[in-house]
Amino acid sequence: MSIKRKAFIVGAYEHPGRRLPDTSVPQIHAEVALGAVADAGLTLDDVDGLFTGRDTPGAGGLSLADYLGLRNLTYLDSTESGGASPLYHVGHAAAAIAMGKCSVALVTLAGKARSGAGGGAAPPEDPFELIFGARPPLASYALAARRHMYEFGTTSAQLAEVKVAASLHAQHNPNAFLRKRLTVDDVLNSPLVSDPLHRGDCCVVTDGGGAIVLVSPEIARDLPRRSVAVLGHGEAAKHSDGGKVDVTYTGAASAGPRAFAEAGVTPADIDYASLYDSFTIAVVEQLEDLGFCAKGEGGAFVQDGGLVAPFGKLPFNTDGGGLANNHPTNRGGITKIIEAVRQLREEANAPVQVPDCALALVSGIGGDLAARMRSAVLVLGRQDA
Amino acid sequence: MTYPASEVVEEPALFAPAPEVAPELREFWDATSEGRLLLRRCTVCDEAIWYPRPVCPFCHSTRTVWEQASGRGHIYTYSVVRRGTGGYADAPYVLAYVELAEGPRVMTNIVDCDTDAVEIGQAVELVFHRTAEGTALPRFRPAR
Repeated sequence: MSIKRKAFIVGAYEHPGRRLPDTSVPQIHAEVALGAVADAGLTLDDVDGLFTGRDTPGAGGLSLADYLGLRNLTYLDSTESGGASPLYHVGHAAAAIAMGKCSVALVTLAGKARSGAGGGAAPPEDPFELIFGARPPLASYALAARRHMYEFGTTSAQLAEVKVAASLHAQHNPNAFLRKRLTVDDVLNSPLVSDPLHRGDCCVVTDGGGAIVLVSPEIARDLPRRSVAVLGHGEAAKHSDGGKVDVTYTGAASAGPRAFAEAGVTPADIDYASLYDSFTIAVVEQLEDLGFCAKGEGGAFVQDGGLVAPFGKLPFNTDGGGLANNHPTNRGGITKIIEAVRQLREEANAPVQVPDCALALVSGIGGDLAARMRSAVLVLGRQDA
Repeated sequence: MTYPASEVVEEPALFAPAPEVAPELREFWDATSEGRLLLRRCTVCDEAIWYPRPVCPFCHSTRTVWEQASGRGHIYTYSVVRRGTGGYADAPYVLAYVELAEGPRVMTNIVDCDTDAVEIGQAVELVFHRTAEGTALPRFRPAR
């Protein structure tokens, strides 16, 4: 396996400007992007892979995807390696194309080292969102929860059921930050922080961390521990879509089907799910978006122990998740993967170990639920699955 | 279409930080200082674009122009933020997406209202809050 002759550079464009005081950094990115795709005889609608470095305003290329209106992204890479970043991006893009993860990759670099004053290297959306007190990320999730309730009749008590399930799991985890078994009333009686979300709808804030090691099948065979197979992966970007923002779904609606297709499985095959749970509403929307229930029915799904291990409809976050166990440095992705690995190795805490757990799903969303997010979904399998 | 300017409140009760003005949005922010909200409109696909930018995020044309928004709309979703940070620490305040009559959903604040009476679907109208640098933030209040 090699990238050799699996990917070809078909477009290139250097901005003619050397002094650009009247153009913002995102606009320079836009101009070079348009120049490169035009050189290739393509359009931005053809782009399904975006590769950017730290010179791109905002987090990880997402603001640029929003600015450009890229709607078809199946792959995003924001590797930062100083001035050499675009070389990494071409290498990573070639690997992604070779593996079928994307077919048209866009690499951009832009900035205003000469006329930076008043330049606008801050995310271009900030004067239209953050400026109004859109406290990230809490308020964005509250906006989503309110609209979800309005459209689908979801209730605060249903959101609370997500926290209750997490707390039931956390009581078996000696390291969990919150080990108290909570009730729906506990959550509903906690203070409102951003209507309709209560403090109980929020994840814990913790120090800590985690790590993962992946190897080739040849190396895995020679190692003593049970391994876990990566069966499928999908990603997506969801943004404000030029003003047509819809807060009732997450990027998992696009990333999920890509991961299921690669793994060759369906939601009904999944034995255990790690679902990103920065806030309860995030879990409800992901359940719908990943196809575990229809859109709008997430609230009903989580009632009556739907998420409770080991015998609920879909046992989730059996370590207690971000809602009760751990959300190290406000980034919950690593603990989601780790608990899925524990389940597939049959090493979860005994009362919440899912019997005969062969297939697990991990869903992560990053950013904010209303305006823009990146979403990634993994399907993992037991060694023998 | 030209609409009358909206009220610009000189000393707003709610925190009104000055925006960083991108060079190509100078005209937008100058208009706010006079009580007018501008939308960017694509002359190729005819979509109204929010937030404003020169390249159309729908068809990727660069043939986009300014037009004045009516200032009317309704609430798409909202939250009463009770734990603000920074200049917004003096909560509660209402954060919302307002769907403009022209289509785009814009993030904003609902002001001059009973925070407990705000509802999705409620009709709202534009009001500007002056910032320290002369620009003004487009906010909304219940339609009068």
